[in-house]
Amino acid sequence: MVKVFQAADATDLVTELRRSFDDGVTRGYEWRVTQLKKLLLICDNHEPEIVSALHDDLGKPELESSVYEVALLRNSINLAVKQLKDWMAPDKAKTSLTTFPASAEIVYEPLGVVLVISAWNYPFLLSIDPVIGAISAGNAVVLKPSELAPASSSLLAKLLEQYLDSSAVRVVEGAVTETTLLLEQKWDKIFYTGSSRIGRIIMMAAAKHLTPVVLELGGKSPVVIDSDTNLKITAKRIIAGKWGCNNGQACISPDYILTTKEFSPKVIDALKQELEAFYGKNPMESKDMSRIVNSNHFDRLSKMLEEKEVSDKIVYGGQKNRYKLKIAPTILVDVPLDSQIMSEEIFGPLLPIITLNNLEECFDVIRSRPKPLAAYLFTQNQKLKERFALTVSAGGIVVNDIAVHLAVPTLPFGGVGESGMGSYHGKFSFDAFSHKKAVLYKSFIGDAAIRYPPYSTGKLRLLKALVNSNILEIFRVISGLS
Amino acid sequence: MEAMKETVDQSLREMRDTFASGRTRSVKWRKTQLEAIIEMVKDNEDKMCDVLFQDLGKHSIEAFRDELGFVMRSATTALNSLDKWVVPRKSNLPLLFYPATGKVISEPYGTVLVLSSWNFPISLSLDPMIGAISAGNTVLLKASELSPNASALLAKTIPSYLDNKAIKVIEGGPDVATILLQHQWDKIFFTGSPRIGKIIMAAAAENLTPVTLELGGKCPTIIDHHSVSKDMKSVVKRISGGKWGSCSGQACISVDYVLVEQSFASSLIEMFKPVIKSFFGENPKESGCVARIVTKKHFQRLSRLLNDPRVQASIVYGGSMDEEKLYVEPTILLNPPLDSEIMNEEIFGPVLPIITLRDIQESIGFIKSKPKPLAIYAFTKDEKLKTRILSETSSGSVTFNDVMIQYMCDALPFGGVGESGMGRYHGKYSFECFSHEKAIMEGSLAMDLEARYPPWNNFKLTFIRLAFREAYFKLVLLMLGLKR
Repeated sequence: MVKVFQAADATDLVTELRRSFDDGVTRGYEWRVTQLKKLLLICDNHEPEIVSALHDDLGKPELESSVYEVALLRNSINLAVKQLKDWMAPDKAKTSLTTFPASAEIVYEPLGVVLVISAWNYPFLLSIDPVIGAISAGNAVVLKPSELAPASSSLLAKLLEQYLDSSAVRVVEGAVTETTLLLEQKWDKIFYTGSSRIGRIIMMAAAKHLTPVVLELGGKSPVVIDSDTNLKITAKRIIAGKWGCNNGQACISPDYILTTKEFSPKVIDALKQELEAFYGKNPMESKDMSRIVNSNHFDRLSKMLEEKEVSDKIVYGGQKNRYKLKIAPTILVDVPLDSQIMSEEIFGPLLPIITLNNLEECFDVIRSRPKPLAAYLFTQNQKLKERFALTVSAGGIVVNDIAVHLAVPTLPFGGVGESGMGSYHGKFSFDAFSHKKAVLYKSFIGDAAIRYPPYSTGKLRLLKALVNSNILEIFRVISGLS
Repeated sequence: MEAMKETVDQSLREMRDTFASGRTRSVKWRKTQLEAIIEMVKDNEDKMCDVLFQDLGKHSIEAFRDELGFVMRSATTALNSLDKWVVPRKSNLPLLFYPATGKVISEPYGTVLVLSSWNFPISLSLDPMIGAISAGNTVLLKASELSPNASALLAKTIPSYLDNKAIKVIEGGPDVATILLQHQWDKIFFTGSPRIGKIIMAAAAENLTPVTLELGGKCPTIIDHHSVSKDMKSVVKRISGGKWGSCSGQACISVDYVLVEQSFASSLIEMFKPVIKSFFGENPKESGCVARIVTKKHFQRLSRLLNDPRVQASIVYGGSMDEEKLYVEPTILLNPPLDSEIMNEEIFGPVLPIITLRDIQESIGFIKSKPKPLAIYAFTKDEKLKTRILSETSSGSVTFNDVMIQYMCDALPFGGVGESGMGRYHGKYSFECFSHEKAIMEGSLAMDLEARYPPWNNFKLTFIRLAFREAYFKLVLLMLGLKR
C-alpha cells in the first residue's frame, strides 16, 4: 500500500533532515566516506538489478548500463573517497598590505539540506552522481528520481534506503505533485537535471527562498564536420555518441550536423556504412540500442518526422514501430531551419544534416540559436579549432570526439544560457554543494589613528598626499603600520 | 515609460552588437577600460566626494577610504592580473583518454546587468563593473535613485571615459528596474535587500539568467571579554569605527548587534562612551564625521524601530534623532526584547543593540537561530571558541578580531549564503563571477579503439570495464588474449 506523499510529509521530511544536519550527523569525514563506500557497495552488489531496471525502463543494452551508468559512478565514488580529505581542507588565501597583519583562508562548509531532482534517461548516473557531490560536501540530501523511469526509481529508493543513513539521505518517488510539494520547502541548494522549460520553474520556486541552484539542462548540440577530417573515425564516433548513448536521448547527444554541400554526400555515405557495421541491415532488430522511453516521446519524434518539408528529406532510416517504441536510426538532409526538428532538442534517433556553401557559415547558424550544452567539431585545421573553441559559446566543446568530456572528472560539466547554470563532476561536484566561507584572522597589532574619526583636514591632507604617490602606501597607513 | 523602454531596447541592441563584434574580448580593450576607470576616479575625486556628501553626508576621508580608493585599487588589481586570469587552465586527463587534452577557458557571458545600491553608490557600481569588464562583457549599470547625485555623476562621467557602445549607465528606481528585468540578460549582479533579491531571481528565472545576489542580514559581533581583556580598547575602537564611521551603520557588513556576557555588559558600555566622544565630539551631529540617514523613508523606518517603548527603555546611550537633518545619533541599546522588530530585521543604521548572555558559548546557538548573515565578527583569542564559530555557524564570511576589513582583502571571496546571498566577487572572484568556465576537450583522429563501438560483445564489455577501472595491466592481458 503506497502512502500518498502530502504537504505535511514534505515539511516533516525537511524538518527531520535539518535536525540531522544541525546535530552534525553529516559533517564528519568518517560519515561522508562511509556513505560513499556504501554507494560503492550498491554498484558492486547490485549491478545486474540495475542493468535489468534500465532494460525495463529504457531497453538499455547491458554494455551502456554497465559502462555509462555503473562504471562511471564507480569512478566518481572512488575519486571522491580518494580526494575527500584534500577537498575538505581549507584553502590558504593571500593577504595584502591592506589587511596586514592578518592571515586568511577559505573554509568549505556544507550548505545544509539539499534537493537533487534527477532525469529519466540516465536514471542511476544522474541521480547518484549529484548525490555523491552532496554527500562529500557534508549535506543531508533528498533525491527525487524521475517517474518516467519507474523501475529505476523504485530500485534507487530501495537500495538507498537499504544502504545509506536514512536520517540524512532520503528518496522521494513521484511525479509533478510530489515535486511541487518538495519545491515549496526551503532547501539550501537545488540540483536539477532536465529540460529548460522545467528548469525555469525550478529556479522560480528556488527564488522564493533565495535557494541557489545548479541546472543541468539541454539544447541542440551541433556537430561541425570539416572536409579534412578522418571521415571513418568521425562517423563512428558520432554514431557511438548518438545512437550508442541511449539512442540519442542524452543531453549532450549530437543533435544535428553542419557540413558543406560538397562534403555532405561523403558524410552520409560514411554514416550509412558505419551504421550498418554497428547495427546490421535491420537496425530495428538490433539489441544494441535503447528504445524510445515512452509513447509520448515516440509521438513527439514521429511528429517531427512527419512534418511537411521534413518527411521528404529522409535519406536513411525512418522506420517506426509504436508498439515496440522503436524508431530506426534516421538521417535527414536540409530540413527547413524553422521546422520542429530544427527548433527543439531532438532527444532521439534522428540526425538532420544541414549543408552550407561554406563551412564558415556554421558560426552564424550556431550563434543564431540558444547556447547548447555541448558543441562538437571534427577537423585537422588548427586555426579552425582555435576559432571554434574561442567563439562558440556552449557548456563544453569537444574537438574530434563526442560526449567523452562527460567522463573526465577534471573538466567542469555544465551549461550556459539556455543549457543551464553551474557545473559538476570531480571536485566541481564537491564545490557545487559547498559554501566557500571566507575567514580572516586579524591581530591587535597596529591601529592607526587615521582609521578612525575625527576626520581632520590634517588627516585628509595626509591621505590626499599619499594618493598621489602610491595607493598601496595609503592602505599601509590606514591599516596601522605608520 | 515608453521612452525608457525604447532607450533600454536600443541600449541592449547596441551592447549586444558590440559584444558580437568581439571588441570586448580583446585584453587590450579591457585594460584600456580599466585604466580609464582609474583615470575617471582620479580626475573626479573632488566631485565624487561632493556627491557622496550631498547624498549621504559622507566625510571625504570616508568617501575615499570606502569608495574611491577602494575602486582604484580594485581596478589596478584587475589591470595587473588580467593577463594571468585570461590564460586557459590545463586539466589533467585520466590515462584512459590518452592522447586527448583538456582545458578550461573563461568566456564572458555577454551582456550583463549590474543593479547597484545607494549606500556605497560609487564602489558598488564600479566594482562589479570592473569584474564585468575584465571578464570581457558589455555592461549596463542601473545606479540607485536613492543616491541621486552620485548616480547622476556616474551617468554623466562614465560615457566620457569608457567605451559607451559597450558600457552604459541608466538612472532610476523600481519602475526602471522592472523594465530592465523584462529583458533578457546573460548575467545579473544585484546588491541590495533579500526582499528585492527574491524578485530579481524570479525575474531572472524567466530567461534562465544566472545571478549573483549580494544581500544582507544581521551581522553579529561576539565579544569574548575573557580572552581579549588586554586589548578591549582596540576592540571597542574597531567596533565603533566600523559601525558609526562607515555610512552610519548603513552597510551590508556593518556590525548589527553585539553579543557579550552579562557580567561585562556595563563595563563594555562605559568603554564605548569615551570612544564615541573621541570620534565624534560632544555633538556628533555637528562633527561632520557622521553620515546621515539616506532618505526620510529610511529615517522613519529607524524611528519606528526605536519608538517601540520596550526598545526605548533599553537605550543606554544616544537616542536623539533629527528628521530634518536625517540624523540619528550613535545609539547603544542594552537587551532590547528579542522579539522586537529591531532584533529581527537588519538595522542598517547607527543603532547598536548589546545582547547579553550568561556564557559567551551561547552566542553560537543565538546566531544559529537567525538567518545566515553576510558576516560574523568575533573578538576572541580562544582557539576552541574560534573553531566552534567556524564549524557550527554559517555566514558569508567570518572575521576574527576586527570588523569589516574582510571587504578589503581581495584574495577572499566576498558574498553571502542563504538569506545573505549567492555568488561572490572581489579580486579574481569578480572576473570569475562574470565568466562562463567552458570546458574544451580535444581528441585525436589518429588512434581509435574498436572496443568503443557496437556491435557489443563480451570482449568489448570486459575491455571497457577494465579501462574504466584503469586496470591497465589487465587490459593489456585481455588484448593479448591472456585474460578471459
